Amino acid sequence: MPLGQLFLELGGVILLLALVGRAAGRLGITPIPLYLLAGIGLGAVMSLGNAPEEFIHTGAEIGAVLLLFTLGLEYTSDELRQNLQANRTIGIVDLALNFTPGLIAGFLLGFAPMAAVLLGGVTYLTSSGIASKILRDLGRLGNRETPTILAVCVIEDVVMAAYLPVVAALLIGGTLVAVGVNLLVALAAFGLAFFLALRYGHVLSRIMNVPSDEALLLGVLGLVLVVAGAADLLKVSAAIGAFLVGIALSGEVAERARRQMEPLRDLFAAVFFVFFGLQLNLREVPDVLLPAALLTVITGATKFAVGWMGAARAGVQLRGRFRAGTTLIPRGEFSILIAGLGLGLAPSLGPLAAVYVLLTAILGPVLARFDAQVVTLLERGGKAKASAPG
Amino acid sequence: MVKLDETPLPGVGVRYDFDGRFGKRVGVITHRDGRRELFVSLREDPDACAQNIVLAEDEAEAVANLLGGSAVTRRMAQSMQDIEGLAMDWLPLADTTPFDGKPLGSTMLRTRTGASIVAIMRGGGAIPAPGPEFILRAGDTVVVVGTADGVVHAARLLNGEPQQKVTGRTS
Repeated sequence: MPLGQLFLELGGVILLLALVGRAAGRLGITPIPLYLLAGIGLGAVMSLGNAPEEFIHTGAEIGAVLLLFTLGLEYTSDELRQNLQANRTIGIVDLALNFTPGLIAGFLLGFAPMAAVLLGGVTYLTSSGIASKILRDLGRLGNRETPTILAVCVIEDVVMAAYLPVVAALLIGGTLVAVGVNLLVALAAFGLAFFLALRYGHVLSRIMNVPSDEALLLGVLGLVLVVAGAADLLKVSAAIGAFLVGIALSGEVAERARRQMEPLRDLFAAVFFVFFGLQLNLREVPDVLLPAALLTVITGATKFAVGWMGAARAGVQLRGRFRAGTTLIPRGEFSILIAGLGLGLAPSLGPLAAVYVLLTAILGPVLARFDAQVVTLLERGGKAKASAPG
Repeated sequence: MVKLDETPLPGVGVRYDFDGRFGKRVGVITHRDGRRELFVSLREDPDACAQNIVLAEDEAEAVANLLGGSAVTRRMAQSMQDIEGLAMDWLPLADTTPFDGKPLGSTMLRTRTGASIVAIMRGGGAIPAPGPEFILRAGDTVVVVGTADGVVHAARLLNGEPQQKVTGRTS
């Protein structure tokens, strides 16, 4: 394929994303569900040649790696430690309430056990990207329920960091012994890396912190890709390697790296969502519509319960509890990432996850906006009920 | 002192807030990137924010100066007053002062009242610890430290009121 044609097709896709992103800004929502839709739409109307397809595929993988790297950058190791200690209970409730529905749904849909475990991950993970966007856009960072929401997101990210290598090891399959060995290697590698990141992160941060912006960008990007590659070869997920590099970097270098990597991440993450959309077979969407809607209702309610409980424990009143619940409903980038792992296991896992993410990503922010009205209704209903018998 | 609550916001920064005396919760979020966010809660929903003001670092500094920059000076004055029996005052020298153009030593202030002149304010500037040869002028402001009584005496003396009358009135 001539270079010109490759550029034309790639440029066309990226321009379309730009338009979609602007529309999302207008509507005041995150562009993630719209990127998915764009990918689905593109897949339906045109088929890209081999070269763009390959480029987009690699770009999508880099996008997943950078997503997790910048997620790791967000948290300092102290924050992780404190959070895990302070919010254990709500974290366990969250895991139990939101992983189980996906798992059960997977079995009911006749998925392979591994695909069901993946679907559990899809329904478990709140989109911290969408949640923090809601908090920022609606000016809710100072609200009393906000620390609860953020704490739940942090714990989920940590659970995810342990969940992914295990799943990656299990996905390789083979004999029982082989699976066990893979699992042990994955867990040991993860544990060692986590320990090193928490313990010697400051040393790495000092080494990486060079005055030149260019050298910093290249150094950080190179390190992330090398660690991700090594993790992948060790059968630990590449994204987890990147996550650990992100956690290990702290202080000034993390601040600078975040500023430099964010545009790169935004580019490749957009490619990642488009690629996921492109892979979906539109003909499968009607089949998954009902299960996706059911899952949205059920896991929307369970996530809502987690937020409500957490906020109540923090002494927040009704309206705040409602806000905490609704803000946690949206699933997003990591649900897609997890579903992407199991496309080969269950063909309908991809479309199901995509439709599910679309529904929750719309439902959550919309509900979150109308906290005052809904709670007023609830209170009125409660009073009417309370006064009726008397 | 206001009791400040400090809450870490993972991935965002740190929130400091307190329940204001007049019914609303007030606080500041220190973002990791240096931005400061001021907020006040809603009255009917103390968990939510009614208003957020995001300030850049230099803007936050300006607001801090407006609000609390003088807190340090205020606290200095406060600690002076905390020393039992010690008084400090800024005494303007009126046109009627008998000491216009005379050296500070000629007032014999310390001998007569027990209060000391620790500084002279002149033309917008301060002259700290002036010596006895320092020439006073009408329009100066004299900073006097002493007992409360001594400072009152000094005020009268410096502006030419007869000492006798003053002691008679105050004793």
